[in-house]
Amino acid sequence: MKPAVILFPGSNREQDAVRALKIVGGAKPQVVWHADHELPQGTDLVVLPGGFSYGDYLRCGAIAARANIMDAVRAHAAKGGLVLGICNGFQILCEAGLLPGVLVRNARLRFVCREVLLRVERADTPFTKAYRKGDLIRIPVAHGEGNYTADEATIARLESEGRVAFRYARRDGQIDETDGPNGAINGIAGIYSEKFNVLGMMPHPENYIEAEIGPTDGRGLFESLAGALKAA
Amino acid sequence: MKARVIVTLKSAVLDPQGKAIEGALRSLGVSGVQSVRQGKVFDVELAGNDRASAEGALKEACDKLLANTVIETYKVEFAE
Repeated sequence: MKPAVILFPGSNREQDAVRALKIVGGAKPQVVWHADHELPQGTDLVVLPGGFSYGDYLRCGAIAARANIMDAVRAHAAKGGLVLGICNGFQILCEAGLLPGVLVRNARLRFVCREVLLRVERADTPFTKAYRKGDLIRIPVAHGEGNYTADEATIARLESEGRVAFRYARRDGQIDETDGPNGAINGIAGIYSEKFNVLGMMPHPENYIEAEIGPTDGRGLFESLAGALKAA
Repeated sequence: MKARVIVTLKSAVLDPQGKAIEGALRSLGVSGVQSVRQGKVFDVELAGNDRASAEGALKEACDKLLANTVIETYKVEFAE
């Protein structure tokens, strides 16, 4: 695969993403500056990393979503190219209109930095083939604005089209609506675009990939991407 | 020409920050406050004196950047 990781002023997880793509995906990711107008030739995966682009000024991800490079990212997505937005990257995708809805302040107003359990809602997408449907995976979160919301019609549509990628879950696999990290509606931790080629998620799979450091439940996502893009 | 853009959360959207401020006012003993909702104010200076083109520019600014119309609404006031 040929991933491009977009760097905005204030991104701070881009090297974590690069590391995961290298170690798990065996790729040589290119880091692309936000002011550029084009993605490197042959890019088949765009990653919008976590961080605090533009200091979260105005709204999280709002200014980054209007950066030059985002037109190229939009064009890439429109052609069916894969896009992964993690944390601030998810906020940017929502602000850019590549995913519906918005991420607002955590229900309890606190920045939440801890491990959560995610339930994998489907295992038939380029991002999740290495998991099984219903798997409970341990992944860390670190955000102050991860409370996913959208109007009723949008939520109903996401649910009926099976576009929820991950939900915050309890140990028994039930959805953690009252006790989740941020109050997200229906426990939504990540969603897909209509064609399942764009994924935005608040948790950080790129931080759980090395056994020397901790759990490795994040590897599956990068293994899935590597598998999906091997033929390409 | 000077204008003020006021961006507020739609009434159906929960505002945990406003709730926290409301609670803080209560604990400070400020009486008579029923509820608080937090919003944003942008003071904008515009070139020229044509009100219609200023309104057009500000609408574009709000729709493209200043407000996220999924959760927010905006209004524009011109200084007299």
